[in-house]
Amino acid sequence: MMAALTIAIVVQRNLFSVVILSGVYSFLMATVLVALDAVDVAMTEASVGAGISTVLLLGALYLCGGEEAKPMQRPLLPLVVAVVIIAALVYGTFGLPAFSDPQAPFHTHVIPRYLNEGPKETGVPNVVTAVLASYRGFDTLGEVIVVFTAGIGVIALLRPRRKGDKEKRK
Amino acid sequence: MRTEVVLRVVGKLLIPFMLLFALYVQFHGDFGPGGGFQAGVISAAAVIFYGLIYGLPAARRLVPDGVVETLVALGVTIYLGVGFAGLALGGNYLDYFVLHRDPVEGQHRGIFWIEIGVLITVAGVMLKIFYMFAGRGRGGDPGP
Repeated sequence: MMAALTIAIVVQRNLFSVVILSGVYSFLMATVLVALDAVDVAMTEASVGAGISTVLLLGALYLCGGEEAKPMQRPLLPLVVAVVIIAALVYGTFGLPAFSDPQAPFHTHVIPRYLNEGPKETGVPNVVTAVLASYRGFDTLGEVIVVFTAGIGVIALLRPRRKGDKEKRK
Repeated sequence: MRTEVVLRVVGKLLIPFMLLFALYVQFHGDFGPGGGFQAGVISAAAVIFYGLIYGLPAARRLVPDGVVETLVALGVTIYLGVGFAGLALGGNYLDYFVLHRDPVEGQHRGIFWIEIGVLITVAGVMLKIFYMFAGRGRGGDPGP
């Protein structure tokens, strides 16, 4: 179903339906994540991917019109690059441990400690929160700063001109 | 848009619950799914919803631009401040065990404040980006 949606997004020329379809895609992705027991990630995907980004894309659509422009030339070189990268990635997956293999490195490295000691050490029953905010505090700090930088960048790029400029334009 | 009675009434009914749900997601993040990122997005979505129904100027009156920009920086400051608090109390940077006599209680405190910082920054940034996108094209050049 998700593959069909992706093809629909690529084929579709009307940008409005592309935005709506990508919202649907995000919701499907969220259900997949719930099925994988990653409820926290699913919640983020549903609220950010399907909620906020749909609204923002619709806002952008309002500014730039609803039809996709025709491509300038035939996209042969990008196609070749994409196929090569896909082949490399698929080749890379053969090196991964088998799905749900209990001996896989990420099951034996730090995860057992987080799962066994986490609730005792932090007193927080939700392991995701414990890891995110406590054990990986620095990473989360980095994430917050990334969000902050994105906000600052948007403000710097899109901030309305100063009053003097506005009066000049009038 | 301004005359849509159904939208306006439903919006008025739903927005308080959206904000309440954001707070629930924020403070229940220790026990169930959720946390600062999600709660920030949900609370920003509540204000964006308000802006979509009642128009951007109304949302801007409710949460002015200056406040939003302050929030963006305030969240990061709180997060960094928690780190420095740990440093000042004799631990490592972002070390929560020293925030309280009981280490577990200290962890609780650290995580709580950090999540607050995340919430504030995420909500501020999302809202600001929405204001920027929605505010463009209305002032100077109308879109096509």
